[in-house]
Amino acid sequence: MSVLVDHDTRVLVQGITGHQGTVHTRAMKEFGTQVVAGVTPGKGGSTVEGVPVHDDVLSAVRASRANASVIFVPAPFAKDALIEAVDAGIRLCVLVTEHIPFHDMLVMYHYARSKGARIIGPNCPGIASPEKAKVGIIPNVVFRRGRVGVISRSGTLTYEIVNGIKEHGLGQSTCIGLGGDPVVGTSFVDALPMFEADKETDLLVMVGEIGGTAEEDAAEEIRARFTKPVVAYIAGRSAPPGKRMGHAGAIISRGKGTAATKLAALEHAGAKVARFPYEVPEMVAEIARKLERR
Amino acid sequence: MVKLAEWRGKELFRKYGIATPKGTVVRSADEAERLVRSGGVPLPCVVKAQVLAGGRGKGGAVRFATTPEEARAAAEAILSLTLDGQPVRELLLEGKVNLSRELYVSVALDRTARLPILITSGQGGVEIETVPDEQIARQRIDPFPGLALYACRNAARSLGLSGAAAGDLTGLLRALYRLFDQEDAELVEINPLGLVGEHLIALDAKVIIEDDASFRHREYAEIRDDRTPLEEIAREKEIAFVQLEGNIGVIANGAGLTMATLDVLKEFGGEPGVFLDLGGTDDPKKVTEAFLLMAQARPKAVFLNIFGGVTRCDTVAKGLVEAMQTVPSSERFPLVARIRGNNEAEGIAILRAAGVTSVPDLRASAQAVVAEAGRVA
Repeated sequence: MSVLVDHDTRVLVQGITGHQGTVHTRAMKEFGTQVVAGVTPGKGGSTVEGVPVHDDVLSAVRASRANASVIFVPAPFAKDALIEAVDAGIRLCVLVTEHIPFHDMLVMYHYARSKGARIIGPNCPGIASPEKAKVGIIPNVVFRRGRVGVISRSGTLTYEIVNGIKEHGLGQSTCIGLGGDPVVGTSFVDALPMFEADKETDLLVMVGEIGGTAEEDAAEEIRARFTKPVVAYIAGRSAPPGKRMGHAGAIISRGKGTAATKLAALEHAGAKVARFPYEVPEMVAEIARKLERR
Repeated sequence: MVKLAEWRGKELFRKYGIATPKGTVVRSADEAERLVRSGGVPLPCVVKAQVLAGGRGKGGAVRFATTPEEARAAAEAILSLTLDGQPVRELLLEGKVNLSRELYVSVALDRTARLPILITSGQGGVEIETVPDEQIARQRIDPFPGLALYACRNAARSLGLSGAAAGDLTGLLRALYRLFDQEDAELVEINPLGLVGEHLIALDAKVIIEDDASFRHREYAEIRDDRTPLEEIAREKEIAFVQLEGNIGVIANGAGLTMATLDVLKEFGGEPGVFLDLGGTDDPKKVTEAFLLMAQARPKAVFLNIFGGVTRCDTVAKGLVEAMQTVPSSERFPLVARIRGNNEAEGIAILRAAGVTSVPDLRASAQAVVAEAGRVA
């Protein structure tokens, strides 16, 4: 068992004929993922990286039995792509696309939820479970099969940290990039119970950043219900208020969303808090050693 | 994030049917005096600085006038002010309103619930952050049905409004929500919302429009906002670029990694001056552009921290070398590089050929760049 993806994950790529769609279709296949179909309206009948392309999602799902979708469709059309995937019965949608208006995401989130579908993202690197499946764009090289779960609002910073975990001789169970937008389909709070239930995860790394209260909400969930060790890092301690730091969601507004309150909440909840990114793998390694001795 | 000046916000309010005082924007004391003399704005009137800074009332940027001469004096005084680093260039003149109460209403985003939220308070006219929580009412709005009538009735009750005033509030709240939704706003706030007899009138307007919706709202593209000139150029080139107080430029890929790099620098005594997130790119030209932009910000030293994934290390190295050849010698800066990940060896080789060494350890590289910035200063 892993979180959300496994050997039975059959991936559909929406926007497969675009540059990103093509590059990452190849990378997902190299990871060992079953990429079973692609969709680009008007390009049906062609193939990309050996994957058959369809004009619409429903035909693609019927032909391929795809059960997860990764969306590379440009922001103005992403809402429609998501709704099409949900209507075709897909229940796991990874939205890689960035710059989707949050007003669209409000509708997408509640629509997907009403149909029992889960969104990861937008503006996210997706989800991967080493030796099982990857739905998204996390670089293959950073992974190694192991027992550390990873959830993060960031992309590259996560690759760096995951890579550090690998360099310490450890590996990951499942890694989820939740995305850097103010409205995300899956938040820390949504992901925590899945990692709690996952028998392949021994400890969890959480990479947060300034803006909003997702980390504070997570701290509450950790305190109340999460029994595994947590190592947390929050980016943006030095960020000034009122400035949007690269991610749409990374902004301290009206005194809310500072790193200090997040760190305090997580520490209070019993998480190990790293001051620097490079401390995360060190802390993880130490906890893993203790767990092994038990 | 496009923050609209008060007068633009009020223009939008009127378009959506929200009442505002009669007002006109002027750009000089002469103009202010002429406007009042001609009866274009009724007396007594209020003269308000049109800057995006908060706390205008306390900063002397809102004044009252009962004669054209007073209006002129008020305009002169306010036009000489600089608030939060922004010189005052525009004034809004409005007829003074005799109100019986000051209320607060806003529609914002509740990120946790992934829903718009209606916030109301009977304590208007002060910053909402200073109002005790029990005097603020919050109601989430589901975007499918939109703002329900019962929610408006609840709001009226919480504000102590009844009869015609409650009816007026319902119309106003529905207009406010419609504006939030249709203009792709992040925040729509009226503070204070004045009660005049049984009618409500928006005495201030704070409207923030979301950047990501600019593809369907071209009308906001021309508004310059509070970005610096370099931030403006970066925005056009789709580079995430934030100017800060310090003197060290940081170029990294990914917002999280860039923020973390800033944090590490600060920890080692450095003062970050530019946040530049390259994002995911496989085009060396974009990297070159980013470096040239960085050079214009005149940093004392630059820290390049790349973890190659979608963005390959050799792409960044190529773009960097190209930029180094283009930057005029007067704008050159010491550079400390740390590049790791996808195509690391190729990237390091390209940099070495150009005389740049990559320091793999984050601690060591951060300390090196702080030392470089200190040396130049």
